[in-house]
Amino acid sequence: MPTTIKMPQLGETVTEGTVAQWLKKPGDRIEKYEAFVEVSTDKVNAEVPAPVSGVLREIIVNEGETVPTGAPIAIIDEVGAPTNAEPVADAIMAGTATAVHTAAPAASPSKTNGVSRSDSSLRGVSPAVRKLAREHNVDVTAIRGTGANGRITAQDILEASRAGSAAPAAAPRAPSPPSDGRSTYMNPIPGTTVPLTQARKIIAQRMVESRHTAPHAWTMVEVDVTNLWAWRTRAKDAFEREHGQKLTLLPFFMRAVVGSLAAYPLMNASFTDAGIKVHKDINVSIAVALPDNLILPVVRNADKLSIKGLAVAAGSLIDRARRAQLGADDLAGGTFTVNNTGANGSILSAPILPTGQAGIITMEAVVKRPVVVTGDAIAIRSIMNVCLSLDHRVVDGGIASAFLSDVKKRLEAMGPSGTL
Amino acid sequence: MAIATQTRELNNVEAVRETLHDALVNDDRVLIMGEDVGARGNVFLITKGFLEEFGPKRIIDTPLAEASIVGVAIGMAMEGLRPIAEIQFADFIYPAFNQIVGEAAKTRYRSNGDYTCPLVIRTPYGGGVRGALSHSVSIEALFYHVPGLKILAPSTPADIKGLLTAAIEDPDPVLFLEHKKTYRLVKGPVPEGHFVLPIGKADVKKEGSQLTVVSYGLYVHQALDAARQLETEDVSVEVIDLRSIRPMDRETILESVRKTRKLLIIHEDNKFGGIGAEIAAMVAEEALFDLDAPIKRLCGPDVPAMGYAITLEEEFMISTERMREAMRELVNF
Repeated sequence: MPTTIKMPQLGETVTEGTVAQWLKKPGDRIEKYEAFVEVSTDKVNAEVPAPVSGVLREIIVNEGETVPTGAPIAIIDEVGAPTNAEPVADAIMAGTATAVHTAAPAASPSKTNGVSRSDSSLRGVSPAVRKLAREHNVDVTAIRGTGANGRITAQDILEASRAGSAAPAAAPRAPSPPSDGRSTYMNPIPGTTVPLTQARKIIAQRMVESRHTAPHAWTMVEVDVTNLWAWRTRAKDAFEREHGQKLTLLPFFMRAVVGSLAAYPLMNASFTDAGIKVHKDINVSIAVALPDNLILPVVRNADKLSIKGLAVAAGSLIDRARRAQLGADDLAGGTFTVNNTGANGSILSAPILPTGQAGIITMEAVVKRPVVVTGDAIAIRSIMNVCLSLDHRVVDGGIASAFLSDVKKRLEAMGPSGTL
Repeated sequence: MAIATQTRELNNVEAVRETLHDALVNDDRVLIMGEDVGARGNVFLITKGFLEEFGPKRIIDTPLAEASIVGVAIGMAMEGLRPIAEIQFADFIYPAFNQIVGEAAKTRYRSNGDYTCPLVIRTPYGGGVRGALSHSVSIEALFYHVPGLKILAPSTPADIKGLLTAAIEDPDPVLFLEHKKTYRLVKGPVPEGHFVLPIGKADVKKEGSQLTVVSYGLYVHQALDAARQLETEDVSVEVIDLRSIRPMDRETILESVRKTRKLLIIHEDNKFGGIGAEIAAMVAEEALFDLDAPIKRLCGPDVPAMGYAITLEEEFMISTERMREAMRELVNF
């Protein structure tokens, strides 16, 4: 049975409280009377004991947010009295559906963490579908819906079960090649309409939302990465031996970007009606393209990491993204996005801003070009274009250009040797 | 229940007339009272000739006083007669509301079973006949909240005969609703002889697998038309005729919804607080985890009355096309 936890009244005249810190995160077990959240008011700070034993299902109010006393701040599922629907719901949330719901460019930090549980991943999954999925042990997220707008119908579950294609719930989602000749995003059949999966719907919705709310501006610089390239080439073999993963340009690039973000805090900000929210943490979202989806896992406090640390953190996120093992936390809280568009050979792109972020920066393909260098000589250099889309409500062209020049300066200062 | 083997083709008016006639013949306690039921033979000619055949003590013309019609009938019923009170149009029933709800429905309970009130109140209801503000209303939702009252609204001649007979034989008050547009529109085979159907049983008028439609009265026939049209598109819709509004046949509805997983309720009465609301609530309580789509209701608009202008009447009444589209939409959901 879910118990809604309300903002306690800490003192007779206190009318509101601020969530200072969550001591538990969704999914954590909580014992009765165990402190699970720290609340601060203008009079007092206090740890709040849990009124019931159970599992923290949902955080409604994020850290730093202030709500009136009595307002719901979290939901705890009491253990021992689960409703029928919950095992499946839990499985879905723990599994791939979390990746689905945050699939589109991450929402603004203030909207991410707590909402995950009640967000869109289960919307449209009817009670009958949940029940049948549980009974037939079918992974709802692995099903392509045939209902209106790609909704998964009860019939779809029964057919998946009959086809024996049912993966156990919470198993990693393999983008299953459709064998039934149905038109899907992975297997689009000319002359048909591909039904929208929940992920595609959310991507579409977030893209339109961002394009319609944030006035996009765009700018680009050319960066000479000859020295950086040399550094990376020299270091990559040793790195791969030590860490079991390839050393790409991404961590170097991220290192430069977080340095510039620290120097230009307005680029690490969100536009809100109340004002421009300048974020304390620098959490870098990395755009990861999956065969049928686009997700933005987040490297938290990226400015605190070395190039090596960034390489390991980003590498792990990308690897887990491809295996559909990311949790809601991995996808929440991004404040600025890095997009490695050059990986596919692009030399110029104009990305759409993730909702709630002031900037998204791309690293385009490194190409060798004849360029004029010091002393009017012509040399062959490795050049990378770096593009920036920005929310013009947050920053003007001056700041954006200065930021981008700063990124350029940092990148050009890297190599040909150094410590990772 | 008596099983009748022979059937004859009758329309709904003829079915009512024949059932009343049989009751008058078979049971001396039965009498009919209401406005114009005697010399005029009822405005739809249902009781034409009855006055001559059964005399003024059993076919009683009353003044235009609905509270008195029902009030007097209640007294007769409590003292052992089997009165069938007619309210000429359902729109006129309001003055009798107190007698029906406050007295008839409570008689058995109030007297701790010492008295019962074996009363039938027949009344034509419903629109689509250019009946305008005071000859078109649906009244079932005003009464179905009341325990102690049975409400029947059959849609076919056979169901009318079986259930009107059951109502007359029932020991407690029954409100018997006849959709006036079906009177001469709907024909069908009617069993000969004494024929009784159980009160409180819905009838699956058409079987289907993808959607359950629950309706009653005129709209059962339109829903059947729509469902049959959809059959040509391989869409399979089950149509349930509620027949008995209270008691309601929960089992038949639930069994069907558990099979099809989708429910559309269609009624002419306006949506807010209508019969559909109770069906939807019951299904949500009992079969939520079998539902694969939101429960939908296709009902009359929340306006004070049906307009006389043909455009207004057509807007109020739900066309077969609208039913078909609503069914298709829900099946495709």
